[in-house]
Amino acid sequence: MENLDQFRAETREWLEANCPEDMRQPMRSDEDQCWGGRKWVFQSEGQQLWLERMATKGWTAPRWPAEYGGGGLSGGEAKVLKEEMSRIGARRPLNSFGLDMLGPALLLYATEEQKQQYIPDIINGRIRWCQGYSEPNSGSDLASLRTKAEDMGDHYLINGSKVWTSYADKADWIFCLVRTDFDCPKHEGISFMLFDMASEGVSTKPIKLISGSSPFCETFFDNVKVPKGNLVGTLNKGWEIAKYLLTHEREMIGGFGLAGGGLKPLGQLAASTRGTQDGRLRDTSLRAEAISFELDEMAFGLTIERITDETKAGQGTGASSSILKMYGTELNKLRMELMMAIGGTDSLNFESDRTGALVKSWLRSKANSIEGGTTEVQLNIIAKRILGLPA
Amino acid sequence: MALILDEEQQLLKDSAKAFLSENFPVSALRAMRDSGNDHMPELWAQMSEMGWPGMVVPDAYSGLEFGYVGAGVVLEEMGRTLALSPFLSSAVVSATLITKLGNEQQKEALLPSIASGELTAVLAADESGHYNLDEVATEAKASDGGFAISGSKRGVIDGHHADVLLVVCKNDSGSGVFAIPSDSDGISIETRLIVDSQRAADITFTDVFVGADALLGELGGADEALDFTLDVAAACSSAEMLGIAIESFERTVGYLKEREQFGSKIGTFQGLQHRAAQLFAEIEVTKSAVLSALQALDADSEKRSVLASMAKAKCSKVVRNATEEAVQMHGGIGMTDEFDIGFFMKRAAVCRQAYGDYHFHADRFATLRGY
Ligand SMILES: Cc1cc2nc3c(=O)[nH]c(=O)nc-3n(C[C@H](O)[C@H](O)[C@H](O)COP(=O)(O)OP(=O)(O)OC[C@H]3O[C@@H](n4cnc5c(N)ncnc54)[C@H](O)[C@@H]3O)c2cc1C
Repeated sequence: MENLDQFRAETREWLEANCPEDMRQPMRSDEDQCWGGRKWVFQSEGQQLWLERMATKGWTAPRWPAEYGGGGLSGGEAKVLKEEMSRIGARRPLNSFGLDMLGPALLLYATEEQKQQYIPDIINGRIRWCQGYSEPNSGSDLASLRTKAEDMGDHYLINGSKVWTSYADKADWIFCLVRTDFDCPKHEGISFMLFDMASEGVSTKPIKLISGSSPFCETFFDNVKVPKGNLVGTLNKGWEIAKYLLTHEREMIGGFGLAGGGLKPLGQLAASTRGTQDGRLRDTSLRAEAISFELDEMAFGLTIERITDETKAGQGTGASSSILKMYGTELNKLRMELMMAIGGTDSLNFESDRTGALVKSWLRSKANSIEGGTTEVQLNIIAKRILGLPA
Repeated sequence: MALILDEEQQLLKDSAKAFLSENFPVSALRAMRDSGNDHMPELWAQMSEMGWPGMVVPDAYSGLEFGYVGAGVVLEEMGRTLALSPFLSSAVVSATLITKLGNEQQKEALLPSIASGELTAVLAADESGHYNLDEVATEAKASDGGFAISGSKRGVIDGHHADVLLVVCKNDSGSGVFAIPSDSDGISIETRLIVDSQRAADITFTDVFVGADALLGELGGADEALDFTLDVAAACSSAEMLGIAIESFERTVGYLKEREQFGSKIGTFQGLQHRAAQLFAEIEVTKSAVLSALQALDADSEKRSVLASMAKAKCSKVVRNATEEAVQMHGGIGMTDEFDIGFFMKRAAVCRQAYGDYHFHADRFATLRGY
């Protein structure tokens, strides 16, 4: 067993000295997240300092290799860092599709040159990425996608459109699934490409969500020229990369099932808001629902821990990302439902100031079981790939 | 602590699995029942030979001192084959209570023979058919330098086979636990057959005289030890329920791949696939709940009680769902006595009620969490 005591002590001291005060406050809403990128405007000096300091240590990507600017930490050290950050309520310094989705795929499938080119800018938050997977007619059946990339000799020419592209209008680059062969089974003609959203022929059109905000877009490609060196992995073999990336996306989304740092546990929140009698939440029906929720929440948190520990010990169970995605997102939706019940009519405020944050988060949470592959699709994956049920 | 089994624990689990599935598969339970018996003495004899009854007994009293994770993995495997033994009631729960509460002399007298399997003890706490120590009314009156015990206990599983009863009593000074030989004068035992082919004992104490040395610890001083013992019982019976859930689920998935209707395997129907996948996810989550509760006992962590009640509540719910879905997805054959799947539902019903049911532990969980 590695001795982590010294690492813990040093980490604690470093965080105390370097985490700005306002980055230790619970986030009031999603708008407090830091996403980085060429167009990013920092919301405070603290937010900027926090990102820079963490990125310098590579701790925006604690487990990535140090040669690309990552933290190079062991599994045990990364766990300590996480625990020490949550001890002081430190916010995540950088939210990014580069960190949660693209990076792990590049580390596995990209050439050395590509890694050198893209990974450092993910870690320090200079480039913001978006995900070009879904198309109007290809959602759950993603592999049926039809956005086309033609080989023009010295470059690829891309035509087609994507939809539900989160933050396409704010992103600098896109990782995109394109069809490079139309005359074969659908999974075999897909390639994985990277390109700059500032390229000529790329345009985006924001779509408004039920929460009133517009975090995602329709994205159009009209004769976009992409250098040949921007293909990741082998031509027509992009589906494997696409799926690998999805497992990381699913684990990230599944993590929503855990309460964010600094939040009061749901049952206690209910008790302080709705009152108690003989030490028990007065509303007995709400109490029963809160208990059922908290049992699952606690067991789910322990499951993330167990899977992490199993992976560290080399006993990975494989398709666990589908379980985490399915369970965590259903749990988060239930949390938001119960928060609304606890808040009563006050929780219905829809003004765009902070008081409307809860109802918007509630609405937003309904997407959790759709984005990254729906709950039904996760259940299909579990049934077929893990349980081996017949098609 | 990493939330995985260490090497020794994994070895124990593998050997328990091999031993039980080869020697005491579910057919052994059926054979026991069909021959009119209510327990499996041969199993206990063989478990004793392997030293398992000493699993949680300290080394100083001839135990293995292997810990609660060890007890849990054995119970999980017992749950898979529905093996019946006093392992939980005597070797785990009673041994824990005696270790926590007894004085040196009492521990010397009881623990080594519990650890060897020669002697079995059982906790007699319930009086209302629900585990709730607040409802205990059995009285211990001081008399002749000892005590006279009067009252009655209900539904004590293994109560009629146990050599020693650990009887929770009350008097003006508070609650206390007495270790009483089950053949003492004034004890009458009636048994009833319960759903999983075991017997539960209703035990009446009429002025049962015991010496002062039968009292474990002090009158009024048993609460902490009883609380710890409840955590042990809850976490360990959760492990047994987990085994039941896993086995009945695996059998069900096997059936989905085999049975045909409408010209296809029934496992091709998405309605069934999704329910199976849901259940699989629930069982995965439950595994983490159980292991963390067992580890917290070994570490004597402050989160011990929250985790134990969480595990018992969660397992009770999931094993109910797993055994119910198992019968449903087997269709008519699942309802027949000839087919084994129903046995899992029956044992699960007993485990769910033992040492506090879902509602008891849900309430305890919330109370401990401040609401
Ligand atoms: C907030 C949000 C952000 C998103 N961000 C991105 C992004 O950045 N990039 C990106 O590429 N995509 C993104 N998506 C798209 C997302 O991945 C798709 O919405 C999702 O995969 C579902 O596809 P669909 O919307 O076409 O629904 P459909 O596939 O049409 O599904 C409709 C319903 O049918 C069910 N269904 C479909 N097939 C089956 C089946 N085989 N068995 C059982 N049920 C089935 C589904 O579960 C669903 O309930 C985002 C979506 C949301 C909501």
